[in-house]
Amino acid sequence: MDSMTIVMDKGVNRTLHRLDAGSVTITEPNGKHSVAVGLNAPLQVSIEGHCGYYAAGMNQLADVVINGNAGVGVAENMMSGSVRVNGNASQSAGATAHGGLLVITGDAAARCGISMKGVDIVVGGSIGHMSAFMAQAGRLVVRGDAGEALGDSIYEARLYVRGKVASLGADCIAKDMRDEHHAELRSLLAKAGYDDDPADYTRYGSARQLYHFHAGNEY
Amino acid sequence: MCGIVGLHLRDPALYPRLGELLTGMLCEMSERGADSAGVAVYGDPVWSPPGHATVTVIGAVPDLPDVTVISLGETHVVHAPVPVDALVAAIRAQLPDALIAGFGEELTVLKGVGHPRELAATFGLAKAQGWQGVGHTRMATESAVTPEGAHPYAVGPDQCLVHNGSFANHATIRRHLTARGVVFDSENDTEVGARYVASALADGRDIESALKSLCAEFDGFYTLLVSNRDSFAVVRDAIACKPAVIAETDAWVAMASEYRALVGLPGIEQARIYEPEPERIYAWTR
Repeated sequence: MDSMTIVMDKGVNRTLHRLDAGSVTITEPNGKHSVAVGLNAPLQVSIEGHCGYYAAGMNQLADVVINGNAGVGVAENMMSGSVRVNGNASQSAGATAHGGLLVITGDAAARCGISMKGVDIVVGGSIGHMSAFMAQAGRLVVRGDAGEALGDSIYEARLYVRGKVASLGADCIAKDMRDEHHAELRSLLAKAGYDDDPADYTRYGSARQLYHFHAGNEY
Repeated sequence: MCGIVGLHLRDPALYPRLGELLTGMLCEMSERGADSAGVAVYGDPVWSPPGHATVTVIGAVPDLPDVTVISLGETHVVHAPVPVDALVAAIRAQLPDALIAGFGEELTVLKGVGHPRELAATFGLAKAQGWQGVGHTRMATESAVTPEGAHPYAVGPDQCLVHNGSFANHATIRRHLTARGVVFDSENDTEVGARYVASALADGRDIESALKSLCAEFDGFYTLLVSNRDSFAVVRDAIACKPAVIAETDAWVAMASEYRALVGLPGIEQARIYEPEPERIYAWTR
């Protein structure tokens, strides 16, 4: 099979799960939930329109492009492959994702990259509040601004923001951009199709003060 | 969970289609709440004729003199060419135990227990006309599944409020309002929000100011759609975990819990679609 076009219905995911390779275009998603979830093969999937919740969730190996907006939890728990949203994403984009690349060309709402565990996320616009909450690993790049409490209770993920940050969450601090960070950021931007100057970005990460109890906390 | 939909029409050419469009939006949100549902329609010429006051009564309505009664299942729309206050007072006198679900010059509220699709059919919603409509599908969490617990809450003249979420400190605010003489119909948390807004509006404040105060005083989770005789407003709590999508074209402003409820609107492909930000008040006037 080289390519096929299917109109969104309840059988779409079953059809996709039978394929080992090839490209598929899904039309008329009409905001339906769980479009193209659980893929586990190197498919090229294009979704023409706006999706509901959990689009391309749990993705492995496939490259999914959404030409429209995505609802709550796009690419949640992605393991590998890529998901590109040519539009805006609702809250919890890339939540808990372990790997792969998530690109959102527009804005992402609250809790983008919440509990991310290794995914790379590049957002063309701005992100909402509580993004990268409890982020454990991976990289989050934001070409616009970040909302309140960025990186609250962050572990070891690296965050790069070009614009303003409304406020930093607990234990999240600005850090120096060393040569390896410039190189890493340039590479991530290039993968997403952007060529910004990494010097315009600030890196944020964990102050590592929540890893252990402070000696002053005892009673 | 609960689902919210709302449609504020800018183009009068669409007024005859309000009910049809609102029915599609409401039914698409059935999965977010299937135990009760309700709608508010502004400007329907049959339910709320010009020059008449309209009151919605849930429960049995005996023959009442000098009024028109339209019975839609358990929900009865009563209208008469008298001032709104007079019609409400007359119905309260005749039916002291009846639930008054809404009242006003342009507003008709229809709500009840049951599946949204069946209620919409019972109400004949698809045939309704008007310039603004609001709908709610309920999944009860804070009070019982009863007509009193169904949304919308329309507790001030031509006002209407629907809610997705739950207020945490509603009992405290209920006590404050009760001390001011406010009377409640139900144990529902949303009714406290609606009475709070109605009370602020009755004090002469505008909807933006009333909703700003609500954000300051109410704890909990909420996406609210609040409508009035000339306005349509949306607000979300600071955490903003209850979903909301707004779409706008030159012909209409629409709001829904999920985008899929907006798919059937004419011109949706060209609409500006966005999510309301937390604690920001979005308001449109007629």
